[in-house]
Amino acid sequence: MAKDVAILGVGMHPWGKWGKNFVEYGIRACRDALADAGLEWKDVDFVSGAETIRNGYPGFVSGATFAQALGWSGARVSSAYSACASGATAMSTARAHILAGICDVALVVGADTTPKGFLAPTSGDRPDDPDWLRFRLLGATNPTYFGLYARRRMDLYGATEKDFAKVKVKNSRHGLTNPNARYRKAFSEEDVLNSPIVADPLRLLEICATSDGAAAVVLSSLEYARKRTSDPVRIAAISTVTPTYPNTVIEMPNFGTDSAHSVGLPKAPFRDSIAAAAYEEAGLGPEDLNLAEVYDLSAALELDWYENIGLCKPGEAERLLNAGETTLGGKVPVNPSGGLACFGEAVPAQAIAQVCELTWQLRGAAGERQVEGARVGLTVNQGLFGHGSSILVKK
Amino acid sequence: MSAEKKRVPAVEGWFTLDPEKPQLLGTRCTSCQSYFFPKESLYCRNPACAGTEFAEVPLSRTGRIWSFTNAGYQPPPPYVPADPFVPFAIAAVELEEERMVVLGQVAAGTGVEDLSVGMEVELVLETLYEDDASEYLVWKWKPVAH
Repeated sequence: MAKDVAILGVGMHPWGKWGKNFVEYGIRACRDALADAGLEWKDVDFVSGAETIRNGYPGFVSGATFAQALGWSGARVSSAYSACASGATAMSTARAHILAGICDVALVVGADTTPKGFLAPTSGDRPDDPDWLRFRLLGATNPTYFGLYARRRMDLYGATEKDFAKVKVKNSRHGLTNPNARYRKAFSEEDVLNSPIVADPLRLLEICATSDGAAAVVLSSLEYARKRTSDPVRIAAISTVTPTYPNTVIEMPNFGTDSAHSVGLPKAPFRDSIAAAAYEEAGLGPEDLNLAEVYDLSAALELDWYENIGLCKPGEAERLLNAGETTLGGKVPVNPSGGLACFGEAVPAQAIAQVCELTWQLRGAAGERQVEGARVGLTVNQGLFGHGSSILVKK
Repeated sequence: MSAEKKRVPAVEGWFTLDPEKPQLLGTRCTSCQSYFFPKESLYCRNPACAGTEFAEVPLSRTGRIWSFTNAGYQPPPPYVPADPFVPFAIAAVELEEERMVVLGQVAAGTGVEDLSVGMEVELVLETLYEDDASEYLVWKWKPVAH
């Protein structure tokens, strides 16, 4: 309880391919989040930016970029880069400032403008950089790794192409009326299974696109929140854990895993440890969840996450999916927003967008995609280079 | 393809150039004996080990497929694609002695339909791309003929 902070406001710029500067998206999200909180920019003591590196100089210093764009106010500032987990890291920094008593109100923001096609390393020869080398030597894109996980799942647990397609079908229905989603179309299993293979066994409609978009949240101390609202949505935990050695699952952008030769296998794989740290911090468990937003970089990866966050035992995710338990109306709806399947990925905004969705859900303000009676929700995500990200939100 | 082209590694020091039995080159911590690929040479990554000395070691030439996939679309630069682009398979291969998994493209002519998890594969060298002067070699995994 002492570690909780309040979510006073949330805002997003719709996802899409708008072809504009990312600052424009971010400002829209900030202004919406401030309006939602009933606060003004001058009330913000601390700006925590989630970085992106493909937008050049302003993207590297997103906190200051947005502070300047909103009008220099003297607020304290920080910027965080953790790839897909950047939003969670920015949120964690903001929370720490609030809990340390350094600020009352923090604005967390992430925004991106993405290129067409595969995410690729920035240009220039960098033969010492594993992220450059994996493209050069292997032609290994991000979907390469998603394909490896999907095939492994089929081999270990008997998952089928149809199971993966069903995840996409579910998410496409969830996001159908979400005004911030980029893709609002109900795909059928047939549509999915007729789309071309990108990284066997995964197809085009099962791999998340890259999108422009922005998300922002306004956080405050509970004391500050109490003056404005009687029952705010709270952040009860933020996990930003790294793997423990040896990390024996192949991960982007690596060529190999750690060796278990001398130290044996780890107690739990990295992806299991991400949400576990959030549960432990909040004193809650998977049985307390009413919903989850998980990082469905691929349809198959969503099934891995069911197990990683403890919704079921390893190998049972397909059963959960096929029983409708993770569909809206089921026991624990997963990705009621539509997930990355409907959004595509706007890297530094995505972990923040997950929290926006949980906030609307816990307020009962999610419209047609509302999870009835939602009181506890979890986000989970993983950033390249060893960044865990999981945020537990409760009412 | 000219017979006079020099055959050079696409990356320096990552594998031996033995045309028959090439091997990946890793390192091994002289304190805790952990293996590393690509090579670690500064500080041992095992948090329980303070080792700073490493021996270069060739890794096992064969292993078993942990999982596999393919590139159905042409990867972006810095990949140098064949023209026209030919889809290729990629395998993650478990090395028994080292207890680690190492990625590699799968040898030309072998597609995902020829692969299965657990299949035994061996390391071979193939041309990754070429220019007027040289052929640039890379390691690939190839199913072991039985």
